[in-house]
Amino acid sequence: MAEFRNSSGGRIDRARPLTFRFNGKRYQGFSGDTLASALLANGVHLVGRSFKYHRPRGIVTAGAEEPNALVQLETGGYFEPNLRATQVELYDGLTASSQNAWPSVDFDIGAINGFFSKLFVAGFYYKTFMHPRSFWMRVYEPIIRRAAAGARAPSEADPDTYDKMHAHCDVLVAGAGPAGLMAALEAAKAGARVIVADEQAEFGGSLLGETSGIDGIPAAQWVEKMRADLAAFPEVRLLPRTTVTGYYDHNYLIMAERKTDHLGRGMGGVRQRLWKVRAKRVVLATGAHERPLVFADNDRPGIMLAGAARAYVNRYGVKPGNTGVVFTNNDSAYEAAIDLAKTGCRIEAIIDVRPQATGAMAQKARAAGLRIICGAAIAGVEGAKRVKAVEIAPLSSDGETVGGPVKRIECDFVAVSGGWTPAVHLLSQSGGKLRFDEAKACFVPNVSVQAETSAGACNGTLFLEGALEEGAKAGRAAVEAVGLMPAQESALPKVETVEAAPIHALWIVPGKKPVGHGKAKHFVDAQNDVTAADIMLASREGYRSVEHLKRYTTTGMGTDQGKTSNVNALAILSRTLSSPIPSVGTTTFRPPYTPVTYGTLAGRDVGELSDVARVTPMHGWHVARGAVFEDVGQWKRPWYYPKDGESLREAVNRECLAVRNGVGILDASTLGKIDIQGPDAAEFLNRVYTNAWSKLGIGRCRYGIMCKEDGMVFDDGVTTRLGENHFLMTTTTGNAAAVLDRLEDYLQTEWPDLKVYLTSVTEHWATASIAGPKARELVGELAPDLDLSNDAFPFMSMKEATVAGLAARIYRISFTGELSYEINVPAYQGMALWEAIFAAGETHGLTPYGTETMHVLRAEKGFIIVGQETDGTVTPFDLGMDWIVSTKKPDFVGKRSFSRPDTARTDRKQLVGLLTEDPEEVLPEGAQITADADGTPPMPMLGHVTSSYWSATLGRSIAMALIADGGNRQDTTVHAPLGVKTLACKVVKPVFFDSEGARLNG
Amino acid sequence: MGSYSVFALVKNAFSHHAGWERAWRDAAPKAEYDVVIIGAGGHGLATAYYLAKEHGITNVAVIEKGWLGGGNTGRNTTIIRSNYLWDESAALYEKSLQLYEGLSQDLNYNIMFSQRGVLNLAHNLSDVREAQRRTNALRLNGIDSEWLDAEGVREFCPILDISRTARYPVLGGTLQRRGGTARHDAVAWGLARAASARGVDIIQNCEVTGIRRAGGKVVGVETAKGFIGAKKVGIVTAGHSSVLAQMAGFRLPIESHPLQALVSEPVKPVIDCVVMSNAVHVYVSQSDKGELVIGAGIDTFTGYGQRGSFHMIEHQMGALLELFPVFSRLRMLRQWGGIVDVCPDASPIISKTPVDNLFINCGWGTGGFKATPGSGFVFAHTIATGEPHPLNAPFALDRFTTGHLIDEHGAAAVAH
Repeated sequence: MAEFRNSSGGRIDRARPLTFRFNGKRYQGFSGDTLASALLANGVHLVGRSFKYHRPRGIVTAGAEEPNALVQLETGGYFEPNLRATQVELYDGLTASSQNAWPSVDFDIGAINGFFSKLFVAGFYYKTFMHPRSFWMRVYEPIIRRAAAGARAPSEADPDTYDKMHAHCDVLVAGAGPAGLMAALEAAKAGARVIVADEQAEFGGSLLGETSGIDGIPAAQWVEKMRADLAAFPEVRLLPRTTVTGYYDHNYLIMAERKTDHLGRGMGGVRQRLWKVRAKRVVLATGAHERPLVFADNDRPGIMLAGAARAYVNRYGVKPGNTGVVFTNNDSAYEAAIDLAKTGCRIEAIIDVRPQATGAMAQKARAAGLRIICGAAIAGVEGAKRVKAVEIAPLSSDGETVGGPVKRIECDFVAVSGGWTPAVHLLSQSGGKLRFDEAKACFVPNVSVQAETSAGACNGTLFLEGALEEGAKAGRAAVEAVGLMPAQESALPKVETVEAAPIHALWIVPGKKPVGHGKAKHFVDAQNDVTAADIMLASREGYRSVEHLKRYTTTGMGTDQGKTSNVNALAILSRTLSSPIPSVGTTTFRPPYTPVTYGTLAGRDVGELSDVARVTPMHGWHVARGAVFEDVGQWKRPWYYPKDGESLREAVNRECLAVRNGVGILDASTLGKIDIQGPDAAEFLNRVYTNAWSKLGIGRCRYGIMCKEDGMVFDDGVTTRLGENHFLMTTTTGNAAAVLDRLEDYLQTEWPDLKVYLTSVTEHWATASIAGPKARELVGELAPDLDLSNDAFPFMSMKEATVAGLAARIYRISFTGELSYEINVPAYQGMALWEAIFAAGETHGLTPYGTETMHVLRAEKGFIIVGQETDGTVTPFDLGMDWIVSTKKPDFVGKRSFSRPDTARTDRKQLVGLLTEDPEEVLPEGAQITADADGTPPMPMLGHVTSSYWSATLGRSIAMALIADGGNRQDTTVHAPLGVKTLACKVVKPVFFDSEGARLNG
Repeated sequence: MGSYSVFALVKNAFSHHAGWERAWRDAAPKAEYDVVIIGAGGHGLATAYYLAKEHGITNVAVIEKGWLGGGNTGRNTTIIRSNYLWDESAALYEKSLQLYEGLSQDLNYNIMFSQRGVLNLAHNLSDVREAQRRTNALRLNGIDSEWLDAEGVREFCPILDISRTARYPVLGGTLQRRGGTARHDAVAWGLARAASARGVDIIQNCEVTGIRRAGGKVVGVETAKGFIGAKKVGIVTAGHSSVLAQMAGFRLPIESHPLQALVSEPVKPVIDCVVMSNAVHVYVSQSDKGELVIGAGIDTFTGYGQRGSFHMIEHQMGALLELFPVFSRLRMLRQWGGIVDVCPDASPIISKTPVDNLFINCGWGTGGFKATPGSGFVFAHTIATGEPHPLNAPFALDRFTTGHLIDEHGAAAVAH
């Protein structure tokens, strides 16, 4: 048995010993221990070094509020930094180490910083490190960065899995202490759907360390009975190890559940789970955190909060030391003193800053044989790596100084209480307002904004009887609020209540020298090494808003977010400013309550599922053919199909020539498809496209351009009239969702009078686009019943026909300039169609081609790609597509913008073709174009190259560009300065091949 | 005002730091000022500072509803860069970057401007095209920018997952080495201190409730502390610009959206640059304290409540882990939201208004921090002379009438 472990008592399982390592040494603990309790049982108080001064630090609390005892856990993929030892459940084989200490926590070189602590005051870095200028990046900052932060970052990918759960409930109870359990039971009895979440492994909250009884049975037994009662209700969900971390609008709460962390690492399954809960009512029963007293050298290992000391001895059977001193300004520490004395610690004295100790608790302590020293304070602490003794001195009546004889008391631990701070984090996150309760010396809930109630300690009700009563009341009120009938009222559990004497707020405990003088430091935020002197300095310098104070001193900005320090900090600010605490106010509480792993927040949305790739029904075929894919929006599209080690260019040349000279096939299934129906469908298209749609015949197709309100091109595509009131619109692949959004937006907010219904059918269809001079021959074989003559099936029309035995829609449209047919079948038949086409196509030398070839072929024809030739600043006129903008329609989206002076300018950037002087040179896409060949930056630019390719058909390079006044620059020479060289190019019309369009008809 | 230096620190250490002066005076409002700036964020304070420094106008008040630097100045992800596509934007942001480069010394306040490089990733062919276009334009505008291939990206930021099997593989990226981050609060405090030292009154906790006009001219502002007369007024109230414009009787083409950010628990240096990805939509850097500072996406709905939707954070984390799988076991320490005022073309308005002697500086969207000194510099010029500086002339309010937009949204579409 470890030295400081009592042989009995506590909730640990002494029959289940566990071995663990800390800083390389082997120790033993028990099932039910936290890492902190197991370390204390082995006499280990020194667990870390502080952030700035590298002061030795010990365990201060027994819970989520721990500022000091941060450790890194495990190695490799399971490595995890910044864990609070007070919350890490012990498992066999656990390996942990201290942070921010080198070479060891015992001997830490960084402690040299302590010698400069007089310089390293709040905000010192804003006042120096400025000269010489270059030293900031080269010298100062690298040192600061290396010095900052305690923990290493993980260096391997996380092997664990995380997931998410949505839940709804009538009542969510946050915290399963006395108030929460009562609230939950009342809600459950009324038949409500209840979720009870508690951050600890066991329900019970403060009761787990409680020695008094409830209803005549030990508190822990009462908790177990309540838990069992609750578990019996079918509509009650009990979630231990689940922290309610965030409270958002409309009673939407986020909880983080740790499912397997307590079992060890690599357990498989889901490690942590994010719960997203929509609750009709919330009962906040989140308890309270004890505050330290701010006295000289209050950070020495062995100095811990009284409530924590009590929890360690009662809940874990661990003595914080052999000989202790209790230092307090309120009654709660007396209970700790009594319990510590009862379980084998020698309590030398209770030092109480209050002038008298005459209350019931004091009497109880005296009856237990404890010595109370009133009106006194700890004025100094001996011992660096572990407290050795404290110096006790009488306090002046105003509490501003200590004087008189100093008494030295040897001890190896100090239990401190500065009062309690209700855990109002969730209330504050919900938008609720706080008020400062002078009598209790803490902020308590004042105004609710959302459907919640605070009960128990988090509501400032710091005694058990009150917490039980408030919990029950909150539970009943919650069920009533959701429209259920509360169960018959039953008697409250009986508990013994000792009347508490009032707390005496003493925000700074004076030391032997004034605060900030001498060597001693009064720590407020132990994690960020913020002292009372720092706060006073910030205030002197004008950082007087509590937010300025926080940011200037970094108080409350550590991983504990100031749970134990915030109130002390703002009280000291208030004292320095001589303005009352309520007028100083608090900083905003930000989610999460305790930090949540990114893994949990991402859940399953990682790796392949981070944004699920969309593939066409023919995808497997492309993969089997060795296609190289391109990401277009969420889609995977074949980019090119290399054969026998072909390069991109070689493959594309081959594919291009195959289409121009024979027949090729493209999987065009990814294009967005929107089914448009309703009596006003044609009118709707008239409004969203720039051209006219009313007279389009059934079975005919038309190309359209859609602009934004500012007249800039937004999307394009071919739309086909399937019936009088029925159209099928195609959009670009990447823009499909955005187009549908925009169209819906217009319908719902601008033109609610139009009877039009939009349905995305993108994934309903598989599309095989067959193009080339031999396309008719091939399609004729596949659809022998269809008359493919130009008269019977003209360009820009659609026919329904049977293709390879499948009912299909065939669109005669072309993006390559070649005769082409786009065959559409229901998606599930896509592969069958594709394979049938290939079976028939073999003899025709059918060649699959990808998006790169498609791009080259369309560029040869001067067809634009939205998003490539356009960038949100290009009008249809800029593209030379005046013909597509109706001058007759009364209105359409973007029309009015065309008459704005800048949009109507004739020297705007316009689409042109570019031919490099050296036909072998292919301009890089994105090259900027200048008028002059030479010059040094900054140089005026005319525009840029939007598309550029090697054209195998033409045997030279071609490019398109947007350049200022392009229309008037025809046949002039412009330049593309590429840094290494400058390419001269001739401006031409952006059509390089078959400008009369003869090939469309085969 | 005492100068800040290591010598001053040592000297003050001997007097227990009792000798430090207030960083800025807490001024009571005078009856009238030559210029009243509404909003003591970075841009407002910079405007006041440059009014005093560049134009000798020191009878200036900066009026703030809450605490100075408490709006977007204190909520952003502190990224500074000037790698903008369009000439007008590039010139303005480059001016700002250049001012940042000397700001610590100019203000005698270390704003910790750290030029650790801003890396913009390209994940698809469309990104690559856009990145190269931008890099070429920047080069010809005389602004540093370089293209890195995937291997170059890995060398520059080794913890990035550049594997080809990633959902959106990294194909390369553009790097602006002069870009980086600065300590956002320090920018506000340093400007406040320097402006105050030149005579500017900073009046906190003083909400403006009305803008008084007479004969088409502004004459002062109604505030929580009474009427304050002003010969000229500048509105610099990001997140609330439309509300202030309405007080002055005109409308702005602005939508206000929540934008969120978050930080991790601090860890030792693991990422030494700023990484941004539009396609995966992540931006991340690591502060000097060791926290990963991560920007989330903009909420699509509009509103003034300074809190966004949680699902934006969830989405952000999936994207983050896609690029940085090693971050999975790090934890989110703190998240918050602010309100960004977005113009239709995603560029700011720094302009005269329909009201004489009333000027407005707004519409910076998600990226105002990087422009702080430049914005203040040109806005001070605009207020002092009554006419825009050449750098902000293109950013006038009338561009929404003429159509001369500076559309930094770029293309919404992705290729066929």
